[in-house]
Amino acid sequence: MDDMTTKDVQEPYTKHLLHYFDGTSRYVLIKDEEVPFPEGKLIVSRTDLQGIITHCNQAFIEMSGYTEEELIGQPHYILRHPDMPKVAFKDAWDTVGSGVKWHGYVKNLRKDGRYYWVYATIILNIRDGKPVSCTSVRRKPSRTQVDACTALYAKLRQAEEE
Amino acid sequence: MRYVMTVSPDFPPGQIAGWYIFNTWLQRQLGEHIHVELYSDFEAQRKAIREGQIDLIYANPFDAAMLVREEGFTAIAAPLSKPDEAVIAVAVDSPIQQVADLKPGTRIAATDDPDVNLISMIMLEPADLSAQNTQTQTVGTYILVAKQVLQGKADVGFFLKDAFAGLSGMIQRQLRVLVRSEIHVIRHVLLVGPRLRERHGDLWNLLSEMGENDKGRDALKNLGLQGWEMQTQEDTEFMIDLMDTLVN
Ligand SMILES: Cc1cc2nc3c(=O)[nH]c(=O)nc-3n(C[C@H](O)[C@H](O)[C@H](O)COP(=O)(O)O)c2cc1C
Repeated sequence: MDDMTTKDVQEPYTKHLLHYFDGTSRYVLIKDEEVPFPEGKLIVSRTDLQGIITHCNQAFIEMSGYTEEELIGQPHYILRHPDMPKVAFKDAWDTVGSGVKWHGYVKNLRKDGRYYWVYATIILNIRDGKPVSCTSVRRKPSRTQVDACTALYAKLRQAEEE
Repeated sequence: MRYVMTVSPDFPPGQIAGWYIFNTWLQRQLGEHIHVELYSDFEAQRKAIREGQIDLIYANPFDAAMLVREEGFTAIAAPLSKPDEAVIAVAVDSPIQQVADLKPGTRIAATDDPDVNLISMIMLEPADLSAQNTQTQTVGTYILVAKQVLQGKADVGFFLKDAFAGLSGMIQRQLRVLVRSEIHVIRHVLLVGPRLRERHGDLWNLLSEMGENDKGRDALKNLGLQGWEMQTQEDTEFMIDLMDTLVN
């Protein structure tokens, strides 16, 4: 995946190098500016079992800042924000992989470097008894939960860096 | 063979006749005997489903998972451009201006319509509200939901968007919309039970061409539908997966 550049992200920003699970890495540009989750909407996406996006709805497109063409076929880590601890996603993959629904609060990175918080649920889609894909639906989170997670994730991140 | 068709109990009362007209049309086209059985509430209808009494159902999306994944129903059609959206309203002079203003102890007026209640509770989550810290008064109709709010017996009311739009102008002017859903993909589905499965192909053809002749168009109009959007099994499975993420 290409590095984020000033073509999409306006100053001021900070630059971070992210390493993804598949061995690739890229530079992301981060702005300290939140975009509120729209009222009444759900952000929906579906991936294959490797986490490659195969479907996303209009709210997903609007909130991520990418076009549908830019999203389909990309790994879901395209939204990974450097403030998210790795352990959160490990828990998500382990839980969903064992066939159990996962819920969690996630800070997502937009194409323009800003961020948005979601309350996400991920499930494994079973057809004829076999796992075939994953669905994730995000809802508007409460401010108290977002504040609690901001503090918790900062601690977890610090522990991961040590 | 005599088949039984039923309709999700949340259909607007004004459409009862519409479902009988639809059934008359369907019986004639299909050359089968079909009896319409209506239930006054979701519990009674679910019991009939569990007992294998139902062959064709216009189902609430909340029940689609059980029907498809446990009772062997197959998808056939969904109403065209008619998603189930929810509206949460307060009295026009309520101090509540946004969802975040709501506090634990909030009194909710609602019907027993399961998908509207699910979507509405999700829209209250940003205020840290849940079934545990709110009080819900369940009433029989959306008009009664409005009354509870207007009489100050409830702080918020949960409405199906279409039902809210159908309230009289006088009632609507005394209410204010706090939030409305824009989910687009949650909607009722017409599902075929195991006994009627062998007529699935014929049903598919009939419904997909229903808007193309006068009798069919008339029947659709009486149901308040623009037409049917034909559904593959995967279309419906997709919606069920989505519903699955929303129930705990
Ligand atoms: C259905 C599904 C939805 C996901 N949604 C997100 C998301 O919104 N944001 C995110 O950062 N990761 C999401 N992930 C997790 C990513 O696949 C990835 O694990 C994560 O971004 C961390 O990157 P890494 O695995 O390379 O460490 C999702 C995974 C699945 C299967």
